[in-house]
Amino acid sequence: MGSLSLRDVVKSFGDVKVIHEVNFDIPDGSFTVFVGPSGCGKSTLLRMICGLEGVTSGDIAIDGTRVNDVAAARRGLAMVFQSYALYPHMTVYENMAFGLENIATPKAEIARRVAEAARMLKLEPYLQRKPTALSGGQRQRVAIGRAIVREPRIFLFDEPLSNLDAELRVGMRAELIDLHRRLKTTMIYVTHDQVEAMTMADTIVVLRAGRVEQVGPPLELYNRPANVFVAGFIGSPRMNLLEGRVHRSDAGGIVVELPGHGVFATAAQGGRQRPGDKVMLGIRPEHIRLEGDLNPLAGVVAGVEQLGGLSYVRLADPAVTVQLPGQTRLDFGTGVRLHLPPESIHLFDAEGLALRRTGDAA
Amino acid sequence: MGRFLTATRGLGRWDWTDWAAHLYLILGMLVMFGPVAWLGLSSLKSESGLQAFPPTLLPYEQSSVVVPGRGTLKLFRVVSGEHAGQELGELRRMGLQSQLVDPKAPDTIIRLKLEEREPVTRLRAAWENYSELFGKFNFFGYFWNSVFITAVATILTLLVNSMSAFALSKYRFSGRDAVFLLMLATLMIPPTIVLVPNYLIAATLGLTNSPWGVIWPAVATPTGVFLLRQYMLTLPDELIEAARMDNASEWRIYWRIILPLSAPALAVLAIFSVMWRWNEFLWPMVVLSRSESFTLPLALNAFQGELATQWNFLLAMTVVTLVPITLIFAVLQKHITQGIASAGVK
Amino acid sequence: MNPLAAFFAALMDLPERPMRWAQQRLSGGRLGWVFVGPNLAIFAIFTFLPIAIDFHYALTGGTQLLPADRPFVGTGNFSSLLACTDYLDANSCTRDLFWHGIWNTLRFVLFQVGLMLVFSLLTAVVLNGKIIGRGFFRAVFFYPVLLSPVVVALIWKWILQREGILNAWLTAAGQPTTNWLLDGSWAFFWSVFVSIWAHMGFYTLILLAGLQAIPAEINEASAMDATPPWRHFRRITLPLLMPSVLVVLVLGLIRAVQMFDEVYVLTGGGPGTATTFIVQYIYKTGFADQVRQYGLAAAASLLLAGVLLVLTLVQLKGMKRG
Repeated sequence: MGSLSLRDVVKSFGDVKVIHEVNFDIPDGSFTVFVGPSGCGKSTLLRMICGLEGVTSGDIAIDGTRVNDVAAARRGLAMVFQSYALYPHMTVYENMAFGLENIATPKAEIARRVAEAARMLKLEPYLQRKPTALSGGQRQRVAIGRAIVREPRIFLFDEPLSNLDAELRVGMRAELIDLHRRLKTTMIYVTHDQVEAMTMADTIVVLRAGRVEQVGPPLELYNRPANVFVAGFIGSPRMNLLEGRVHRSDAGGIVVELPGHGVFATAAQGGRQRPGDKVMLGIRPEHIRLEGDLNPLAGVVAGVEQLGGLSYVRLADPAVTVQLPGQTRLDFGTGVRLHLPPESIHLFDAEGLALRRTGDAA
Repeated sequence: MGRFLTATRGLGRWDWTDWAAHLYLILGMLVMFGPVAWLGLSSLKSESGLQAFPPTLLPYEQSSVVVPGRGTLKLFRVVSGEHAGQELGELRRMGLQSQLVDPKAPDTIIRLKLEEREPVTRLRAAWENYSELFGKFNFFGYFWNSVFITAVATILTLLVNSMSAFALSKYRFSGRDAVFLLMLATLMIPPTIVLVPNYLIAATLGLTNSPWGVIWPAVATPTGVFLLRQYMLTLPDELIEAARMDNASEWRIYWRIILPLSAPALAVLAIFSVMWRWNEFLWPMVVLSRSESFTLPLALNAFQGELATQWNFLLAMTVVTLVPITLIFAVLQKHITQGIASAGVK
Repeated sequence: MNPLAAFFAALMDLPERPMRWAQQRLSGGRLGWVFVGPNLAIFAIFTFLPIAIDFHYALTGGTQLLPADRPFVGTGNFSSLLACTDYLDANSCTRDLFWHGIWNTLRFVLFQVGLMLVFSLLTAVVLNGKIIGRGFFRAVFFYPVLLSPVVVALIWKWILQREGILNAWLTAAGQPTTNWLLDGSWAFFWSVFVSIWAHMGFYTLILLAGLQAIPAEINEASAMDATPPWRHFRRITLPLLMPSVLVVLVLGLIRAVQMFDEVYVLTGGGPGTATTFIVQYIYKTGFADQVRQYGLAAAASLLLAGVLLVLTLVQLKGMKRG
């Protein structure tokens, strides 16, 4: 068991409120990722869940029991720190055994659990080494192993892959997903990297400035971002966001005028939008077409990035990035005519909230 | 002089400043280490060897010869006169005359003026200066007092100071900064100033003439707290959080995580503490008045008055006092100099 | 695990239970008080309490050790210490030994600190250069710092005695010999010399660390500007080394004002009063004289403490500026 729920959780340091009335539930067995730019409060939230930081107001409950006043060690959680926080003077074995020794676990049981974790994490050859004699990836695995042997209800990961190089990071990502599949224990994972969030999570919690922006499965966030922030944060390369005004609003959807670039039909519904209202038009680079006849947009190529398998074409005015499959013969200075499919256009109101589109689930 | 600063290493050209620098250092070495070497050499001389003027560099001792019927005689070489070159044993001195015999012809007494003969000497280290120390005086007692005080005070210093440094570096509690400042302030209170009242306190607590009278006041050192605190501040807080998540009690975090990781700073403090306690003089002199509770420096000080004529034992005892510190220094030279340079305290 | 480590581990586990008990009762960081407790208690008993008692002693007279048995004399001890017809002439004072101590200490501080600064600076600069066996020489100059003051004194007493090696050399060189420690001026000279010998290594080390903290680029830039060596020392090295020099100066002053052990064993304060310093006066008055005048000793201590306090404040001020 390992479900978690947060109710109106607030954290203040003195007068500064760093977490604002956070609410969400994490079901048992899920892999939840907290994602957001640095300083968004995601690590603070994690440390509050694990008990290293107190809660100013609101409730944190694990398996339905309020744990606000329960000491970190007694919450049945295990944490993998960003710096790993391995005890540098102890061997890998001692690092993993330390927590069990503290609660007077029988020696044989400690040995069994450490051996089991070491086997699972392929650490067997290194058990007698000190952390300094290990590579980054191995240290990472020891930190995970130290969490596993405790058999926690929930694993907490605080940006655990940020100290690894790119190649190792991809490998460890896969290993963690695999680990979750085998252990089936709830995992909460903090990262600032939306790619990590997209590839690992079954639920993503997007945070900004101490507030939850959106909670949902990765593709839900990708396909139906609730606001401009999530739209811009999730997805790589970023969604194109262009400022415009409502041209007219009718039964087919809102028509937007981008100053100097004409009008664009969208599938967005907006009962309260009046002509002239400020809106933000968003469209993902891969949804823009070179052929077609709807919503044409003319521009001049300002730069091309050829990745081989796909290409990115940048336009300066309007500032738009287009993702094209395969390789392209477009070059700097070429005039192009783009088409923005109406069903792929996201529209956000003046407050940045997404306007519902026809076809979106309620 | 400033040229030394700009000299680029490894150019391989020596100019006069380099020669002057090395000359200065070699001269300095003679002044700094020469006296200690001279003490060491002198301590191996016999009592009579020490009285020779001018003194010899190495420990020589007058040879003697066993002459049948005459006993053991001191051996002299004749430098002038009809017996020049012969080696004779001296029977007795009478005024400016000396009566000697040839060991091969013990029946003929030869009379010579004192300046006509010179002692026959041979190189011999008088190790008995050292071996007799243990028999003649309560030397082992002094040595043990010094070792006991140094060892126990150092262990307690490490324990008490590191506990306090742990709290001052890793806990937040109201009054923490005040406590730290208060401890630092004691740096400014030299022990000489509280000599009289400390004696009263030691007497009240029954600590006079006991090694604990030297140990207890020495256990809390502002230097140690400061040194350890600064080091512990560099240990990541995540380690402590990880240990808390690992169900470790605060005491266990202190001694299983923080203490081992502070080993470098503890080593520096241990070296300081050993040096302080082994060499301490004024406070032990005040608090230890009975000779059986004396430490080595006190014993040395007492004997230099009483044993004014017995320099051979005094010198040997001095050497024994400096040897342990010297050995520690020889082994840990780098740590000591770096530790002191970084701490800037003594 | 070896038996010693196991024994140590078992020993250190002993406070586990009481500490857990305390931990459960003290929330937040208040457990910190338990950790600083022993240290604070010792400071309280052997440092803070004595300062309070010092004042009591200084204001009371008699020869009794127990505070309750001592009659109140007000500022009697201070006025007795300070009673002079001519402050420049120690012999005109009631407590002439105290004043000899003060004047001797002043002279000693002036010569000892000044000369020691010069020599340790010279040595540090030399050691910071292109030197073969730098570590060895650094160790040699530092070695006497570790020696017990009594050992230091005896080493030099042996060299300076009437039939010692120094006089032997002078004889060999055809020079007149002196009984060094029985001549007032020479005894004072050797007190200064021996204390410099014993302590300069420590200050050399601080200055050397200061020199090594000067970035190599600065020296290289100066070399590129073809700065003459002496000018480089005056205009670049010395200003950048000033914080270290200040530390050396003040630490040296604080030490020199309290000079006792080496000189006490070397000369016993003599001949006459030639090498009697202020701390020796305190020791002698409080502990070595037939009649132990704790009040006078405590009053003299407080006067000394005042001087040291001023020196420390100067140090703090200088450090802040550095």
